[in-house]
Amino acid sequence: MATITLDQVRKVYPGKVEAVKGISLDIADGDFIVLVGPSGCGKSTLLRMIAGLETISAGTVKIGDRVVNEIDPAERDIAMVFQNYALYPHMTVYENLSYGLRNRGMKRDEIDQRVKKAAAILEIGSFLDRKPRALSGGQRQRVAMGRAIVRSPKVFLFDEPLSNLDAKLRGQMRVEIKALQRSLGTTSVYVTHDQLEAMTLADTLVVMNGGVVEQIGSPLDVYERPASTFVASFIGAPPMNLLPLAAAGDGYRLPDGTLLPADGYPQGKAAILGFRPEDVVIGGTDAFSLDFHVVVAEPVGAESFLHGKAGGAGIIVRVHGRTEARPGDRIRIGVPAARLHIFGTDGKRIAHGHISARDRATETQAALT
Amino acid sequence: MKRAIFRNQLLPWLLLAPQLAVTFVFFLWPAAQAGWQSFLREDAFGLKSTFIGFENYSRLFGDPHYLNSVMVTVVFSVSVAVLAMAVALTLALAADRMIKSAQTYTTLLVWPYAVAPAIAGLLWWFIFNPTIGLVPYALDMVGIDWNHSLNGTQSMILVIIAAAWKQISYNFLFFVAGLQAIPASMREAAAIDGAGPGRRLFSITLPLLAPTSFFLLVVNTVYALFDTFPVIDATTEGGPAQATNILVYKVYVDGFLGLNLGSSAAQSVVLMAVVIVLTVVQFRFIERRVEY
Repeated sequence: MATITLDQVRKVYPGKVEAVKGISLDIADGDFIVLVGPSGCGKSTLLRMIAGLETISAGTVKIGDRVVNEIDPAERDIAMVFQNYALYPHMTVYENLSYGLRNRGMKRDEIDQRVKKAAAILEIGSFLDRKPRALSGGQRQRVAMGRAIVRSPKVFLFDEPLSNLDAKLRGQMRVEIKALQRSLGTTSVYVTHDQLEAMTLADTLVVMNGGVVEQIGSPLDVYERPASTFVASFIGAPPMNLLPLAAAGDGYRLPDGTLLPADGYPQGKAAILGFRPEDVVIGGTDAFSLDFHVVVAEPVGAESFLHGKAGGAGIIVRVHGRTEARPGDRIRIGVPAARLHIFGTDGKRIAHGHISARDRATETQAALT
Repeated sequence: MKRAIFRNQLLPWLLLAPQLAVTFVFFLWPAAQAGWQSFLREDAFGLKSTFIGFENYSRLFGDPHYLNSVMVTVVFSVSVAVLAMAVALTLALAADRMIKSAQTYTTLLVWPYAVAPAIAGLLWWFIFNPTIGLVPYALDMVGIDWNHSLNGTQSMILVIIAAAWKQISYNFLFFVAGLQAIPASMREAAAIDGAGPGRRLFSITLPLLAPTSFFLLVVNTVYALFDTFPVIDATTEGGPAQATNILVYKVYVDGFLGLNLGSSAAQSVVLMAVVIVLTVVQFRFIERRVEY
């Protein structure tokens, strides 16, 4: 068990491609950190630098109190679960689990004891004699996990470990990984591009984009107060609706020409207005109302998604349960003021404290025409 | 494999006919001829042949020259296969570590394969020529007197090098492909598991390369047994004193130079049997162990 400290870590590949642009991160002991972002955002590179599989171009990586920049992966006391599991195909499950222990010259009976214990935890005891090719995807995943926990390392590193599983198994393994990490209390860094996995697993979520950290925070914090339009559209499915606002005299204009009063918004500058699909109130609200043209209605069962246009931009509305709306319908929609997010044209969040204040004060006043 | 169903009984045979014809004309028929001829004794002028049963065979196995040739072949084949594979594997491991220059390196290493065996033999004959060659000159400086036309061991070394050299390119290509088929994450996992480079090579890389190695072992053995004829012919012609007279070369010498067609045919049949047995053994017993 250990803390991990990244200080201005950079990775520059030959040809001047900067994959990781100076990231600093403090990971507390026992914390479950999830690095999430689109492909090419540098999350895997960062993980591999912590593992020692990539050299660190600049900055320092500390595991516990030790700077590990120049230390071999084997000496860092970490274990990693790979996307393709990387099980040794010519070894049995038992040999796969014990390989790391044998390499470290551990005594036979202690190896046996540890392997049996790990196998019991992961319920893979009945196929210790099988080779990986005789296992199903889920079983292989468990063996890969077993190989990580059998060594009792200071840190677990996960590189998209669930992306090769089908949706049902993925959900199940997600819960198991979380429970396992809780009970072992081992500091973990988990890389994924799946925002659902990120939200459900993380104690602390790190959203990355283009080699930099966009936002760090607890999953719900990140969801409720995204620091940028990138985070807003990446976290949450379907993503947050974003409407560009152009400055127009005292107020703002939506792409289709609808005018909004400037009341409460930062004035005189273009901005981006965001709201989550589930925050939409059918019938409109006093803070914000628009006409919505339904183009497609997707019933998913417990909820329905309405895709369409409002204010000249594509909008998704999430409706609880079933919906009566049909393609071609025009619906009045609105969002409570407290649920509106304002971003600058650079994509960064702008605090708008007095929107919600105004909302509470003048509840009945119609804001829009 | 996909199973095709033909309504017409004749069509499948018709489609197979060209391949079967080639196999029959160029393989089965000559093989049968050799088999039949191995039971005959032909007079020196080719006018008359007599059926003598297994006498050609019994003579063969009583002939010290033949038994010597068997020993020479064993030493030669094992050495060629081991040398060609070991060198190729070393080069492939080196190439696998490079990222940018691997392409150039691979291209250069493939060139020898395009050289005809006879040319390769001649090339090495020049390099090792006691009068004008570079290697004997260099060896002379360290006090080794190189003359492969007099020294049987040196002669053997020469043909082994010449024969293995050509095969290295071929093996190299397969080893490189085999190495690149091993996922990088496998080696990374082993590195995290505390295996140093040496241990990774022996416990991960080589076992995962076993199917490739096995395939190459079969190919190299067959190559050393049969395809090395031009190398021997261009460098030593089986000499000195039968020191490099491998079985396939002896078949040619006895049959076409010595005109002892019966014995030569019997030798071919023996050689054929050896290869069949060897291949069956390799596939039956070794292949089972290399699968994972």
